[in-house]
Amino acid sequence: MSTLSFSLDPSAAQTTPSQRTQYPIVTGTSVVGLKYKGGVMLAADTLCSYGSMAKYKDARRIRTVGTNTIIGASGEYSDFQSIMDTLEGHTQDDVNYDDGHKSDAKSIHSYLRAIMYQRRSKMNPLWNDLVIAGSGFLGYVDKIGTTYEDDFIATGFGSYLAIPILRSKWRPDLTEGEARALLEDCLRVLFYRDCRALNRIQIAKVAEGETGVVSEPYELETNWEGAGFESTKGGMEGDGGW
Amino acid sequence: MASLLHPSQTSNPYNLKPGEVSSGTTIMAVPFKGGVVLGADSRVSTGTYVANRASDKIAQLTENIFCCRSGSAADTQALTDYVKFYLQQWEVESGRPATVKVAAHLMRKICYQNKDNLSAGVIVAGWDPVSKGQVYNIPLGGTCIEMKCAIGGSGSTYIYGLTDALYKENMGKQETLDFVKKSISHAMARDGSSGGIIRTCVVTEDGVEREYIPGNKLPYGP
Repeated sequence: MSTLSFSLDPSAAQTTPSQRTQYPIVTGTSVVGLKYKGGVMLAADTLCSYGSMAKYKDARRIRTVGTNTIIGASGEYSDFQSIMDTLEGHTQDDVNYDDGHKSDAKSIHSYLRAIMYQRRSKMNPLWNDLVIAGSGFLGYVDKIGTTYEDDFIATGFGSYLAIPILRSKWRPDLTEGEARALLEDCLRVLFYRDCRALNRIQIAKVAEGETGVVSEPYELETNWEGAGFESTKGGMEGDGGW
Repeated sequence: MASLLHPSQTSNPYNLKPGEVSSGTTIMAVPFKGGVVLGADSRVSTGTYVANRASDKIAQLTENIFCCRSGSAADTQALTDYVKFYLQQWEVESGRPATVKVAAHLMRKICYQNKDNLSAGVIVAGWDPVSKGQVYNIPLGGTCIEMKCAIGGSGSTYIYGLTDALYKENMGKQETLDFVKKSISHAMARDGSSGGIIRTCVVTEDGVEREYIPGNKLPYGP
């Protein structure tokens, strides 16, 4: 891996401060993914938060790698951008070598596992939880190098709120429309219940035999018409709230 | 960038204990010719989990006096209970309805005397026949300041510029309502601890009107 020093003078490399485990600054929240009949799909909102501030509302947290893989990232956005730089470099290398080699989702997943674990072992992690999806493959890698594969995966708050929904409603023979609706349901609940979520989302899919494609962001419908919502609770007889 | 606080400083602005529930919030109150408009979002959060997405942060203290609550939900609920109780006593002893000034200063007294143990920022607003519409901002620490346009809560930091730019003296009722709804929408769009629906309350000589705007019909955002 290449390292950049602030000056071009090689002797400065010895005096740059050593890095330690950092804390994330600009962060994305959950990513949710599932396999359906005919491919795999990922979904995430387009928000990157700066602490509690919803600073960047059009951040792209799902991207394609090469032609047949999609990656969704939660956690520190700059680390995701660095990972994408590396992976896009590999894709360009494939073009340059022109030897017919193309990375697939499984090998990218393995590669990222090695990178994440290496960084963790140097106590300077890439602060991300990633979901990698491609033809017939759906895998997870986190900032300490844990990996697993499953029929549906979620990061962050999604592992608490989306996984139960997926466990209840997922089937191996979901059609594309059903898969999309299921992911939207998950992201809708996340928008209701996660302080760091937004209702503007992207869905990406890799259909069998086709290239990966990431949709344009769009807004989710939300429901605020529950009977309990409209009635006021701060009246004289109450305790002043809730 | 220096003006933006680091996330480690902003993620717990009210020094909440782990597990304590907060109305990380946007609250606002503006007097107008004839009364006051109060407004608040509806999100109550425990850390980054939304414990209640449609709460009511506008509490009634007397028939014509309300308060907007921000900070620790437990602290503000207790405060509201106390002030309500004392105001009822006051009205019985003095034989007339409490004025907004009395309510605000009662709130201030409790907040000030318990400043080390409370995390509460409130806005007391209402209408009384003596001074008509009034708004008092009572932030952490127990300062009590009458204001023409009071904003509070974690979301208020994002709309200081907007309210400074849009506020005008002597607005009418509808104009003030629109101003409050718009400002709170903008705060909700940027503050992770604010969100949900907007609840408004208009208090005039003729009574109280409460309204709610669903989260998908906000003037701006989310």
